[in-house]
Amino acid sequence: MSAASPVIERGTAASRIAGIGVVAIVLLLALAPQFLSAGAVDRMTALFVYVILAAMWNALAGFGGLVSVGQQVFFGLGAYFAIRLANAGLDPFVALFVSAVIVGAVSWPISLFMLRLKNGEFAIGMWVIAALTHLLVNLDRLIQGETGTSLISLNVYDASTRRLTIYWLALASMIALLAILFGLLRGSTGAAIRAIRDNEDAAASVGVRVIGTKRLLFVLAAFGIGVAGALWLATAITFQPKTYFNVQWTAYMIFMVLVGGIGTFEGAILGALLFFLIETWFGGTGVWYLIGLGATALVFSLLLPRGLWGTLEERFGWRLLSVGYRVRLPTSVADPTGETISPAPATAHREKA
Amino acid sequence: MMNQIVQGILLGGYYALIACGLSFMFSVMRIINLAHGSLAVLSAFALWLLASRFHIPPFLGLLIVLPLMAVIGWALQRFLLERSARGGALLPILTTFGLAIVIDNVLFEQFGADTRSLAPFIGSLSYDSWEWPGSLYVGKLAVIIFVTAVVLLGGLQLFLTRTGLGRSIRATSEDPDTAGLVGVDARRANAVAAAIAMVTVGLAGAFLGMRATFDPYAGATQLLFAFEAAVIGGAGSLWGTLIGGIVLALAQTLGAKIHPQGFLIGGHIAFLIVLFIRLYTSGLGLRGLLRLSTGRTP
Repeated sequence: MSAASPVIERGTAASRIAGIGVVAIVLLLALAPQFLSAGAVDRMTALFVYVILAAMWNALAGFGGLVSVGQQVFFGLGAYFAIRLANAGLDPFVALFVSAVIVGAVSWPISLFMLRLKNGEFAIGMWVIAALTHLLVNLDRLIQGETGTSLISLNVYDASTRRLTIYWLALASMIALLAILFGLLRGSTGAAIRAIRDNEDAAASVGVRVIGTKRLLFVLAAFGIGVAGALWLATAITFQPKTYFNVQWTAYMIFMVLVGGIGTFEGAILGALLFFLIETWFGGTGVWYLIGLGATALVFSLLLPRGLWGTLEERFGWRLLSVGYRVRLPTSVADPTGETISPAPATAHREKA
Repeated sequence: MMNQIVQGILLGGYYALIACGLSFMFSVMRIINLAHGSLAVLSAFALWLLASRFHIPPFLGLLIVLPLMAVIGWALQRFLLERSARGGALLPILTTFGLAIVIDNVLFEQFGADTRSLAPFIGSLSYDSWEWPGSLYVGKLAVIIFVTAVVLLGGLQLFLTRTGLGRSIRATSEDPDTAGLVGVDARRANAVAAAIAMVTVGLAGAFLGMRATFDPYAGATQLLFAFEAAVIGGAGSLWGTLIGGIVLALAQTLGAKIHPQGFLIGGHIAFLIVLFIRLYTSGLGLRGLLRLSTGRTP
């Protein structure tokens, strides 16, 4: 090593600019309903829900190494508990968040059980949980089987108040959940999470609490997806179990994360944006749109498994919302991949997050 | 009651049939194919098309569809799974899930939302039954399915233990690198295993179509049945799959007896109970719950 000590930094100039950009975007989004039509406000609300779904599925799969195809269970439960709570007399808007807290609480015992399964067994085991939960919710008299019911108590608010409140709630939920995830990844847990993502056994061998960390991500993802489900109910009003417990929700999550970049914080957001645009343009084509989504996910998993953001990040060393550390060596030009721990590029430890 | 138990056991034969391909592929390649159920439905639709459009009865149609399924299995392994498995254990889940969505929706695009059945094309076989002592009526088709399952499982077991190809598949499933060192072509072994698995899936799809109805989105349910039967059956041998299928079917029968909507719930709950017991009694299934020990002779 040379005498000059390497500089350890948490972000780049780009990520500091990005930080300012994020604040500007949030302010703009908060004020946006002033300028947008009612339909556009609804679409933006949907976008926020998509971002939540993508970020939460990414937290589980990309960072926790837990691919689940049963996450629709938490989406459906988020809506179902909201219906139940509102029916019990709770204010519908409050019910949305109490519901998500209950979903998070329910996910805890499920995690005790499911996290013992590995890879594909976990994936499909969660699907069984989702299928069973769907059937059990159908048995509830209030829901009337597949006929479903509605969040009637929301009618006490007039349409425009409702639309704006839901918009701001969705925006606030999205920002809060992203901030929680960002804080988690940047803090000491983040190092553990990334260690598990890169190699679970190696992480365990250096003393990372693998199961505990995974459980944290599992419960966070359940809570976040519960929020998304409850918000979706608030915009759609009607609750049909078949729609909410549909595996399509997980298909959307997988599509967004796989295309955006699995295991990268920015990738999930990018994926949600792309999904939103694709849905806006092609959603009307019905079944071909779904075929396209499936085919795209398939192709990305084969040819570009790191997704768009992961690939860009690797090639150009981009880092906007930096959750990791990077070491800049004073003498050499920084390696494009950034975080070289040792000066020798051949043994460079790449860090994706 | 006795009657329902007999029906349940016979239905278990169907579940064993659809489960054996899933656990076979997992044992050899460590991949759970999420398109498993969709491929079974694809086979059912292929037979339906042959029967309704070209008047080829389903049992004859199998002569066309099963080789086709073998080719699909071979291609699936060579072009999709082999590539995605190189990217780690998680990617094949995403690849096969994407494939399932494509298959389901292409079927929907082609055939619409109507539920279909192969029953009209197999004559009286769909409702004929034998009277067994004790005034038990058992459907001929159900018995055929059960016998087919037993023959198939036995044949697969014999193939794995007695033939050279079977031994090379077993060697690959134990340790692909070492198998390669002693001259086993692991790529070929995997492709053959995938082809065999898809033939069993094709057969399962045919029986699904004959004994019940199906629609383009029926694949997910079949996948869950296959997974549940395989996990309940455990990592004993292929025969465990048969036991798993029977337990699943009996639990569903019991569920339906308790509550009109309890058929599926009963199956799911039985699965979770067995899963719970297996997770807490065995060594957590580090080799995978679905893993068959194909290495031991029965």
